[in-house]
Amino acid sequence: MSMTAYQWRRYTIRTAIYIALILLTFVFLTPVYLVVVTSLKDPAVINLATAWNTPETPYWQSFSEVLEAFGPRLQNSFALVIGATMLSSLLGSLNGYVFAKWRIPGERYLFPLMLFGMFIPYQAILIPLFDFMRSVNLYGGVIGLILIHTVYGLPITTLIFRNFYVDIPDEMLEAAAIDGADFFGIYQHVVFPLSIPGFVVVVIWQFTQIWNEFLFGVTMTNTDSQPITVGLAQLAGGEAVKWNLPMAGAIVAALPPLLVYIVLGRYFIRGLLAGSVKG
Amino acid sequence: MRNNRDRFIAFVMLLPSLILVGIFVYGFIGQAIQTSMTDWGQNPAQPPLAATVIKSFVGLQNYENIMTDTLEFYFRNALVNTFFFTVLFVLGCVAAGMILALLLDQKVVGEGFFRTVFLFPMALSFVVTGTIWRWMLQPGGGVNILPQVLFGLSPIEFSWINSRDVWLPFEWGNVPAYLTMAGFAILAFLAVRYATARRWRASRYAVLAAVVVLLVFAARLWDVVWLPLDTPDAETPIAPKGFNAALVGIIIAAVWQMSGYTMAMFIAGIRGVPEELREAARVDGCSEFDVYRRIVLPQLNPIILSAMIILGHISLKIFDLVFAMAGPDNAKTVVPGLLVYTEGFRENAFAKASAIAVIMLFFVTLIIVPYLWSQLRESRSRGR
Repeated sequence: MSMTAYQWRRYTIRTAIYIALILLTFVFLTPVYLVVVTSLKDPAVINLATAWNTPETPYWQSFSEVLEAFGPRLQNSFALVIGATMLSSLLGSLNGYVFAKWRIPGERYLFPLMLFGMFIPYQAILIPLFDFMRSVNLYGGVIGLILIHTVYGLPITTLIFRNFYVDIPDEMLEAAAIDGADFFGIYQHVVFPLSIPGFVVVVIWQFTQIWNEFLFGVTMTNTDSQPITVGLAQLAGGEAVKWNLPMAGAIVAALPPLLVYIVLGRYFIRGLLAGSVKG
Repeated sequence: MRNNRDRFIAFVMLLPSLILVGIFVYGFIGQAIQTSMTDWGQNPAQPPLAATVIKSFVGLQNYENIMTDTLEFYFRNALVNTFFFTVLFVLGCVAAGMILALLLDQKVVGEGFFRTVFLFPMALSFVVTGTIWRWMLQPGGGVNILPQVLFGLSPIEFSWINSRDVWLPFEWGNVPAYLTMAGFAILAFLAVRYATARRWRASRYAVLAAVVVLLVFAARLWDVVWLPLDTPDAETPIAPKGFNAALVGIIIAAVWQMSGYTMAMFIAGIRGVPEELREAARVDGCSEFDVYRRIVLPQLNPIILSAMIILGHISLKIFDLVFAMAGPDNAKTVVPGLLVYTEGFRENAFAKASAIAVIMLFFVTLIIVPYLWSQLRESRSRGR
């Protein structure tokens, strides 16, 4: 049994493709290996030359030290993420419903003006925001941070829900209207029940974005209200770091969004692509 | 059906969000522009965080200062860094994303697994990525000793994030000349492209614009704008302009994190090319390579442009990654996003920080507004 030239070529190309994919997999996962290995080492044995070696016995203590160092920041992040994700998704759903299914004055301009808000560099509004938050006594607290993330989350949540609702046939809404449903009735009986996948996409997206956010976290908080990303930056900052702690901290800070991504990756990708407006 | 009363309710339900976005986005932008023209934080007689601060109007003074004052070289360094970072980050992500997408389009076994691996860094915070890669890129460790650990080769000597080297050095005063050349090259390229596509009128406009650009340069009209903004040559030894080698490590980390994003966009785009189209090309005798070159890639062009705009605006805003990898005070890796933080929230020089923030907003607006406009126009014409 000998292979024809065509089969040989095909075989070589297929093999090359798999080799490339496997090599790239190693490239992408190399940092993960180094992080895990370092986080499990006794700080006394960590040095540059042996960075890639596995620890002889895992040193779990780094994780308890990190949890202690993070202190209230882990809870702050959870409170922040839950509050801001819920508020921005609910408002976004309502906005998306209005933009997709109701004709309102100035819609042509209002929608793009709203979307622009998700592209601006937040540095551009940071100082007026700081001023404003101080003047309404919300500066430096988790509540204030929830408000900030809710407002700046509105453009993306509105966009995702609008694009989702546009695909609901108008006839379904008409039918409900003929049965006597008003604005809220249509939302409650037709739009909302069809929204579950939309909510999954939006909630996952907002959860990961807000959990990972740093700029507002570092400028709009005080030591009691900082989120976890700020805790990690402090843990890793400075010159004389013991690298087991930042690495364990990176794992703790990365775990919640990573779990969401691994379990619900399909929805995560939809949120990701929605950010380019049409996808 | 949907009567006026319901339409009114719809508008009322939208109103809170409109007001919030109106204040938090547009109101605050207006206030930032206003602040950038005051002396808030610069006047020793007025403590910047006092309950009532008198902020005097100073016009464009802050902008002039950050462009010309020798002490403000951080800002010019930040502009130069952003330029090199953006070019390499965008090209790196597009190239890597394209390779990944094309590999995954070959009907491979375990496609879902590979996709998950290439995309997982997107779920991480830039702070996490920065922390990890700072350890990966330690001189004398991490990536540098990998050739040694794996194959017994000699280690890499490069300092990825601490290098003091400046590549492609140039004089700040020559920037207008470079911009002119770049503009001329782009317009000439467009002219040739339109001409080969037999779009004579468009081609003629491009030629005309290219000639105007050249004339402006030849007549030294740039000097009118640039000479008042030029900095003393004394700056060159303190803060040489060029591609700071210390950015390389940050660019690598950024590409590692974001190339999965371009991959996802390109996969979605490739899947959008109808299989019949590809099949027809194969029937006509196209090799698999030609199918990509002539059918698939041309259809991806608009998506590549979208990806470049999205990545470009991310790179103009970059902050947390540089903060986590190189710290907020590193002159070699400083970017405008960091300066707003250090000047505003550590030095309380709010007016100066606002001026920098407004310049950032200007550049982002420049690329995002045409993008949004074309995206929404397109989706309207598709009947949405």
